[in-house]
Order: sequence, then C-alpha cells, then structure tokens
Amino acid sequence: MSARDNILARIRTAQGRSGAPGAEERAAVAAHLNSHPEGPRPQQASDPVAGFAACATKLSTTVDQVAGMAEVPPAIARYLEQNNLPKAAVCWPELFELEWEAAGIKIEARAAEGSDLVGITSAFCAIAETGTLLTLSGPRTPATTSLLPETHIAVVRACRMVRSMEDAWKLLRDERGASFMPRAANFISGPSRTADIEQTLVLGAHGPYRVHIVLVG
Amino acid sequence: MHNNVHAAGLPPTQDSALISDILIIIMQVASMHFKARVGAKLADVKLQAALKKLQGNFVKGRADRMAELDNVEALRTHAAAIRDRVLNNLDVYLEEFEKNATARGAIVHWAETTADVNRIVCELAQRYHVKKAVKSKSMVSEECALNDALEAAGVEVVETDLGEYILQLAKEPPSHIIAPVIHKGRDEISDLFAAKHQLPRKTDIGELTLEARQMLRRHFLTADMGISGANFIVAETGTTLIVTNEGNGRMTTTLPRVHVAITGIEKVVPTLEDVTTLLRLLPRSATGQTISNYISFTTGTKDAEDAFGAEHFHIILLDGGRTKLIGTDMQEMLRCIRCGACMNHCPVYQNVGGHAYGWVYPGPMGSILTPTYVGLENALDLPHASTFCNQCGVVCPVKIPLPDLMRKLREKQVERGLRPWQERFAFKAWSWVAQRPALYAIAARVGARALKWMGGSRKLIHHLPFAGGWTEGRDMPAPQGKTFRELYGERK
Ligand code: SF4
Repeated sequence: MSARDNILARIRTAQGRSGAPGAEERAAVAAHLNSHPEGPRPQQASDPVAGFAACATKLSTTVDQVAGMAEVPPAIARYLEQNNLPKAAVCWPELFELEWEAAGIKIEARAAEGSDLVGITSAFCAIAETGTLLTLSGPRTPATTSLLPETHIAVVRACRMVRSMEDAWKLLRDERGASFMPRAANFISGPSRTADIEQTLVLGAHGPYRVHIVLVG
Repeated sequence: MHNNVHAAGLPPTQDSALISDILIIIMQVASMHFKARVGAKLADVKLQAALKKLQGNFVKGRADRMAELDNVEALRTHAAAIRDRVLNNLDVYLEEFEKNATARGAIVHWAETTADVNRIVCELAQRYHVKKAVKSKSMVSEECALNDALEAAGVEVVETDLGEYILQLAKEPPSHIIAPVIHKGRDEISDLFAAKHQLPRKTDIGELTLEARQMLRRHFLTADMGISGANFIVAETGTTLIVTNEGNGRMTTTLPRVHVAITGIEKVVPTLEDVTTLLRLLPRSATGQTISNYISFTTGTKDAEDAFGAEHFHIILLDGGRTKLIGTDMQEMLRCIRCGACMNHCPVYQNVGGHAYGWVYPGPMGSILTPTYVGLENALDLPHASTFCNQCGVVCPVKIPLPDLMRKLREKQVERGLRPWQERFAFKAWSWVAQRPALYAIAARVGARALKWMGGSRKLIHHLPFAGGWTEGRDMPAPQGKTFRELYGERK
C-alpha cells in the first residue's frame, strides 16, 4: 500500500465508510464543484469606482483618475515628479504604444529585473470591495514588473472594475474557458509591508514600497 | 498517476517512521514542560511588553475590521459549513484536488509522517541539483523541522519571511503563527544583524527591514528551489494559494525553477467561491486587515512561452496525525484556518507567549493540536492551559468550540489515567463523599469551620496545604464558617 492509499483508507475507515467512494458520493462532490455556489457577501459600495478608491487609499495605495488612455503618460509623469522618482520605467507590452516620450518618460517593454525602479502594468480586473488588483501570469504580463521594482504603477480601465472576488472569478470563468486559472493569479492590495519587528509597520518589505493606480474612464 | 511518490521514483525508506518518532519525541518533550516554563515567561519584561502590544494591534484591529462587516455571523456560519463539507468527504475532495493539479502539470505527493515530507523534499532537491532553497513561511514545515533535514542534506535553506529570517539567524523557533518573532526586541535584532551580516549596526526598524530586504533579494534571484506552505488548496482547480504581506511568497513561487508547496491534508477547500468566503475572514481575524497584500494562487507549471514560474511544481500533502481526528469528537479542530485569533485573545497566551507551549502551535489551537497530533501523554499540561473564558471560541472565524475540545481532552486524560495520582485520588475521594449527602454535609461544615479558623482575624489564608499554587501570589479570602447548605436551611 502506498502512502496515498494508506491516508485515504484511514480517512474512510474513520468516517465509517468502506471500500472506494461510490458513485453517489462522487456525484455529490462533483455537483458542488460544478455549481460552485457563492457565500454571503458583505454590503457593497453603491459606486464601485468610488468604493475602490476609498479602500485602496486605506491600504496606502495612491489613486489617480483620468478620462482616457491618452492622459495616462502625463498623469504618470506628474506622479513620478511629485515623488522624486526617475522618469524611466519598464511596462507590459500592451501599454508600450502610449505616448511616453512626449510625457518625458523613458520606457521599455520588458519584464522587470532586480535593478528596475519603476514597473508599469495593467490588471485583469480590479476589485472594489477591497481596493485590490488581480494580475494573471502570461507571456505578455510578466509577474516581476509588479513585484521587483520599488514603485508599481497600475493602469486600470474603469470597465474592468468588479465588485468582489466572486465577480473576478466569474469574469475569469466567462472569458478564459475550460482551464481558466492561469499559472499565477495574483491579488495585490497595496504596497508590500511587514510588522514583524516590534509590530511596527514598514512599507516595502520585499516587494514595492509604493503602489499607484491610474483609473481610466 | 495515483501514487506519485512511487511514480516519481522515490522509494519510501524503512526508517522514516522511526526518524519521525524520534523527532516527535524530541519536540514533544518541550510540550511536557508548559508549567515549568510559565514562571520564566511571566518574569520576562520585554516579552510582557510585546504581548501587551499584540493585544492593542491584533485584538483591536480584528474588532475594528469585523465591525465594518454587516454579516459577520453569516460569514462565520458559512465558513464553518465549508470546512465541514470538506472534512466529511475529505478523501473525495483530496482525490479531486490531485486530479486537477496533476492535469495542470503539478506532481502531488502524499506523506504519512513529517519524516516522509523531509525525505520527499530532500530527494527532490537532489533530483533537481538544488544548492539553495528560499522558503516562505510554512507552519507545516515547522512541524517537520524541514530546515534541519535540508541542511543535513547539504542544501542551503533561507527563510524569507522577515520574522522567520530573524529566527533562522538566531536559531530559535517561532512564538506566534502570524507574528513569529514577537518575543524579540529591536535591540536584539540590531545585534543579530550586525553580527551575521557584518554591516554597521542599525537601530531604526525601517533600516533593519531594508537591510534584510537587500540580503534576501540576492537569495531570491539565485535560488534553485522555492518552498512554500499553502493557506488553502482548491479542489476544483488544483490550485494552491498563499496569503502574505511582505511579497516573499510571490517571489518564492515566481522566481525559482522548482516550487515545492507543503501543506496538511485538511487544507483542501472545494471551490474558488468557498475560498473567497474564508479569505474574507482570515486576514481580518489574523492581523486586523481587510485583506492581506498578496494572495497568490498557483495552478500548475509554467507553459512554454511564460517568462516566469516554476518548471517543476510539487505539492506535498501531509497527514502527520490529522486523520486521527477525522470522524471523532475532535474533528471540528480540523476546520482551523490558522488565523491566530484564538491565541491573540487568550488570557493565558497573552501572559506567557508562544514558546511556553513547547511545539509549533501555541495558544488554544495549539493546546488541542499538540496533544492530538503528537499524543495526549506528551502534552499533559496543555489542555489545562485555559481559563475556559471562551474568548477563543467567540472569535474563531470557523466557530471551533475550542474550550469544549479542551474539556474533552481533559476527560480523555482522566479516562486514560494520565492525571497525577494526587488529583485522581482527590476526585475519587470527593465523588465517594458527594454520593453520601449526610457525610457531605458534615465534611463541608468541618471544612468551612477549619478554613475560617485558618483565616484568623484578618480573614485571609496565606497558604493552602496541597494547593500552594493558588496562594503563592495572593491570599485566599476565608469562608466565614457556615456552609451554603446551612445558610439555605436557615432562610427556609
Ligand atoms: S482555532 Fe480558530 S481562531 Fe484559532 S487559529 Fe484556528 S481558525 Fe483561528
């Protein structure tokens, strides 16, 4: 008997069941997995975008709002200036076409490395309930860009705002088909932090010190 | 792919059970000495200050975040039901998880003992020529004492959670499951970093954190293997997930080419929606956060065009005593989502800290997990480390009736004759007398008069024979000579 068989057999014996699980047991489990019912949701903000901004701010994320994509580079340039940050960044390929040069930002469309100071990404969606971004792994969405630089800037279209994590799963299921889970789905809520030394909060433990979100539309 | 341990070419070793027994005995010894440790912990001024602060931060934070929800009770009830659903069909959910994880390229291993976990990880390290492994915090790996095993196998292991990193440098065990280094002050950490990093001594907490960040960044970028725990594993998708604030978990699961996730078999949750409910409660209960900074879901290995992610993803599912609780009156304990709220709110933990409990899990949850995982006879004091105030039961996000379970463990100790002979004798004598009402009345009258006499004119007893512990630090007010039955009789 393998370790697997031993463990499963111990569980079944302890539960007073004998033999392999029957069709009925399996069907009951499959029914729950296939219907994946939602649990109770807490009361949610009437305006998701405003709710998102309020929650994100509480997590030490800064939030800016612009009307269209064309306004994104100048808005980010202002943010970098205000915070005395270098006007050089790496970004996800989908954002590369924006007018960065005109805004005075030197941009490269590649995955961030340890020495890059500013990383610019978009997000699969944003979650109003908690002020959270969801990013997915993939060839055009390198995970390091939101992780290694000291400053992470995310450009989020208002149409990608959902109310809750349940709605984010629904979007994933609807848009990505059978194996909808990417290798990595990262929920990001504000800058990296630790309170391990004397329970004193410090931002920028291993990941970014700053997270800045530009909401578009 | 049923038996992946074998399919992966890892034969079980004969002596793994023996090593596990020895390791468990070494660790258990510490749990036997709870009472003995308590005095030292109470006298530790720094520890007392840190524990006070913990109440201010975690206890108040939890209360504030919970107050923001309009449906806390509905969430807790639903969360408990999610956990029960899994536990009642644990084998089928585990098989579903295995099937879906395997379909995405992960390899699932099953470990009966903590020694099996160590053996599997060491063999994987060997197979993939691993020189350095980075670890994000995993309490299950603490159960296994995995770092010692890896180091013995010649692998450099680096803990990357700041607290765990500090403990690794200091060669100490964690004292809290969420804030592992709560017992250590800044001065000690300054000295430790200066000595180990060979850099000028820093005292500012921000600077100390930065120094650790720089040290650990190098390790992240050069490690061959990332080892993580899993807060939950999702049956529906074969996903493992970790909840962190520092971002070290994301690094550990993103950068190295091999990822090993180690977790207990009870951590399985059916669906992503079910996990969502649990995630509404976990950070709030643990640290008083609405949500933790990073919740990282990992499903399978990286595909060809993906730039990052592990090429080899191994998931180890540990029994390690958990199946002993299934189907018993202790099964509810397996609902635990390791939030730590029960210890933060426990007046005993608040006074003695985590190390007094002598094993990986402190506080009320530890007082139940330690004796059930490693044997009731090896942790005699722990089920008694409670005032039964039920603060833990009130705050537990998955409604585990912790005091009830501790009481059941006490009963089991009595049934198995594990209590000291004096205590057993005293209860036997009491029950013999209590079954004879006339005798009981006389005994009570004599006792009450004797205590009155002992109290003297100050009506306080300085020392009780046979119960010195009660009067060591305080006087006992003496009863004033009449028993309840006498007073009741007079009033009637
Ligand atoms: S027993 Fe409950 S309160 Fe304690 S750690 Fe587990 S889930 Fe949290």
